[in-house]
Amino acid sequence: MRSAVIVFPGTNRETDMVRALAAASGRQPSLVWHGESSLPPVDLVVLPGGFSYGDYLRCGAMAATSPIMRAVVAAAQKGTAVLGVCNGFQILCESGLLPGVLMRNASLKFVCRDVHMRVERASTIFTSACREGDVLRVPVAHAEGNYFADAETLDRLEGEGQVAFRYCTPDGEVTPAASPNGAARNIAGIYDAKRRVLGLMPHPEDATDPLHGGTDGVGLFKSLAAAFPAVLEVA
Amino acid sequence: MAPERTAAGGPSTPADHNRPPEPAITPAIVAEHGLTTDEYDRLVRGLGREPNLTELGIVSVMWSEHCSYKSSKVWLKTLPTEGPQVIQGPGENAGVVDIGDGQAAIFKIESHNHPSYIEPYQGAATGVGGILRDVFTMGARPIANLNALRFGDPKHPKTRHLVAGVVAGIGGYGNCVGIPTVGGEVNFHPAYNGNCLVNAMTIGLAPTDRIFYARAAGVGNPVVYVGARTGRDGIHGATMASAEFSEDSEAKRPTVQVGDPFKEKLLIEACLELMAEDAIIAIQDMGAAGLTSSSVEMASKGGIGIEMDLTAVPLREAGMVPYEIMLSESQERMLMVLRPEAEAKARRIFEKWELDFAVVGRLTDTGKLVLKWTDGQVAAALPIPLLVDEAPMYERPWEPTPARPPLDAAALAHPANLGATLLKLLGTPDLCSRRWVWEQYDHLVMGETVIRPGGDAALVRIPGQKKGIAATTDCTPRYCFADPVAGGMQAVAESWRNLTATGATPLAVTNNMNFGNPQKPRIMGQFAGCIQGMSAACRALDYPVVSGNVSLYNETEGSAILPSPVIGGVGLIDDVARAVTVAFKAPGESILLLGSTHGHLGQSIYLRDILGREDGPPPPVDLAAERRTGDFVRRQILGGNVLACHDLSDGGLGIALAEMALAGDLGATVALPEGGPVPASALFGEDQGRYLIATRAPETVLAAAREAGVPAAMLGMTGGDALTVTGVFSISVQDLRRAHEAWLPAYMDGKATE
Repeated sequence: MRSAVIVFPGTNRETDMVRALAAASGRQPSLVWHGESSLPPVDLVVLPGGFSYGDYLRCGAMAATSPIMRAVVAAAQKGTAVLGVCNGFQILCESGLLPGVLMRNASLKFVCRDVHMRVERASTIFTSACREGDVLRVPVAHAEGNYFADAETLDRLEGEGQVAFRYCTPDGEVTPAASPNGAARNIAGIYDAKRRVLGLMPHPEDATDPLHGGTDGVGLFKSLAAAFPAVLEVA
Repeated sequence: MAPERTAAGGPSTPADHNRPPEPAITPAIVAEHGLTTDEYDRLVRGLGREPNLTELGIVSVMWSEHCSYKSSKVWLKTLPTEGPQVIQGPGENAGVVDIGDGQAAIFKIESHNHPSYIEPYQGAATGVGGILRDVFTMGARPIANLNALRFGDPKHPKTRHLVAGVVAGIGGYGNCVGIPTVGGEVNFHPAYNGNCLVNAMTIGLAPTDRIFYARAAGVGNPVVYVGARTGRDGIHGATMASAEFSEDSEAKRPTVQVGDPFKEKLLIEACLELMAEDAIIAIQDMGAAGLTSSSVEMASKGGIGIEMDLTAVPLREAGMVPYEIMLSESQERMLMVLRPEAEAKARRIFEKWELDFAVVGRLTDTGKLVLKWTDGQVAAALPIPLLVDEAPMYERPWEPTPARPPLDAAALAHPANLGATLLKLLGTPDLCSRRWVWEQYDHLVMGETVIRPGGDAALVRIPGQKKGIAATTDCTPRYCFADPVAGGMQAVAESWRNLTATGATPLAVTNNMNFGNPQKPRIMGQFAGCIQGMSAACRALDYPVVSGNVSLYNETEGSAILPSPVIGGVGLIDDVARAVTVAFKAPGESILLLGSTHGHLGQSIYLRDILGREDGPPPPVDLAAERRTGDFVRRQILGGNVLACHDLSDGGLGIALAEMALAGDLGATVALPEGGPVPASALFGEDQGRYLIATRAPETVLAAAREAGVPAAMLGMTGGDALTVTGVFSISVQDLRRAHEAWLPAYMDGKATE
């Protein structure tokens, strides 16, 4: 799998992401600076976590207009896989690749802790190594993770299988208390209509080493590595 | 006392702005600048003339307590600062210790107490920003932040506001720059009602052959300003931090700096990118006293002069004069001396990161700080040695703190139900869970956090390696108040113990000396006593001091804080997989208590919060036993015999057992050793130098302990869903958790006051 990790001014989880991608694919991702206007040939583009442009104006809003995002949007439209985590999810929503918006957490506070999320769909390039209903323990670290969209959009996301993950209890029960941020219908992550673009608030990249206290994030990276096996790279 | 119009006379009003000319220096102006009459006379003598206002401003900050350490230096010099692991001791931006493989840990702790009391969010945020700069200035990438916070009585009307603001500020800054905040401490006591303490610590990592210092060299080399622009914020922060508070301190809000963590993140990346090149001769962040202290300190360390053109300084607002430019404490700025041939390359890097870059001066051989202003006027000309080496130095009179009479333990009326007592203690402000605090800090970013907040010490792995750095902040101010020598010793010993309890070998400390007004002999006696205790402990434990910060005048309306010498400890473990946490791991583990139990209740939390008394002497620290027990525990951990380990501190054995059960979500059944103190003293006494361990090899550990001369007792076994002390109480882990977790969130929601 060839992947590119985009670095905006203020991005701060790119090293975590690079390590997880390299471990799963055996191949070092390229780091691409926000000022670039084109992407190297890749199977996967990743928008990592952080505070792009200091979260000024609105989380992800300024990054969404940076030169590299035009290339990311174009690549996504051609079917390149795109993963946005945390601030990356916010940027995907701001750039229109995913519907909805991430609002301030219902607690009005930054929250960093492990949460549980249920795999809502296991047949995608991001989740083939998981089973539907699997409960993954992964950390969150954000102040604006409260996913919101109007009821019609939420119904459509649910109806078309675009809900990727929902916050849940360790037993897989979807309850309001299990959500760290008040997200609509406990949504932790969503796909675009083709399920080639995934945005999620939790950090699977920080749950990929036993020393992290858990490795439940590995499945996502394994799935991606399996979707883009090395042999296809020559083609 | 009209200033003479010498060549160094102040700027007459330039035509391009309409500020009035600088006023004459009157005794009132001198006093406003925090200089005594004697100090002003010393200045005039040293200068050979009267200073102008800009010069007076510069001297006042350089001679302030904050920059000159004039009351504390004679005592700080007595601390041990050397060891084979020490690469750089106190005197630079941060201390440097060798961690092997050509790598160094660079760290320091620093206070931002006064600004945080006035404006808690920005005060705390810029405290984090400042300490980060102290560390990356030296070429280190920051890898962990810690803090030590002390607030007033929870019932005091300002306390909730201060806790909320300070915690949000620390998180707001650290989270954005992407450095994990992995540890710290929070305490409450009415002595902090008028002065909260916000001490922030950063640990960074650098190759030992690429450490950057502040020693300027090379006459003619360019002096370069990078980072954010200079505004009017924070003017006189250093002098504010060197005076007592009064009711009108609120009016000092404009002297609090405003931070921009996004800019700091860019500054870190730009500086580290430049540091990878062979470009920088000297570098210094602009912290307290901004451009003044950074330029003067670099020149002083290099024994050289510096000339700056203040019209070249990037400014945020129009009409600023030299006085303001030199005293501004605007954040996210650095000053450096570059190799001349590297200027263009450096400029490109900073422009890439969209940061200001300006050549503002040159090094000279005059030994003076010379500041040029519009039309070539000289705004100030001051000999560097006068500002640094010839700053006032005081041996302030001090009184030792009288010894407390021993507590008559037999006369204490202990509660009948010690189970209820344990639950009450677990829910007190000083012992309850700090989850509400550390969940607001990103403690996982960078992906190397091995031991998260809530244990004895945090542990972060070194990227790409097996080894890791353990870190902790500790101090027990109520002990220091009752007996400064014992308290100073205990603060060092507790930090050493916390590192040891993870399996790490303690390397060195940074200290943050928070005290009241040093001009009061009683306060100076607290300072002296704490230093003596710290010195003894650092020597006995081979745990030298490599950096530190002093914050004096923590008084409001004449009422001082408790003496609070906060210790930031750093340790090394060769393989993080060998480290242990406080959590019980599985049923059937044996629980052993190591160290001696006498049931010391003087100055304990139990005595204060249950029996309502703050008296008696604090528990003594036996440094030889401390070392023997700690070294034994570490050997057992690294030898693989220990599954969980926790040091005993506030709240004693009862609280430590509860915390291990809570962390592991697993109960235990223990019996208090026969022939020991009465149950209340055995459970809640705060005897020092003790650890609890869980092990599957109890006989091996007990035999080794006998051989090592370490007192060890088998208390019981893990298992079940309750913590049972045979014949005393049995409480479900669930009830323990409810008691432990409830108070702080409820208090912050305004639903609880005590």
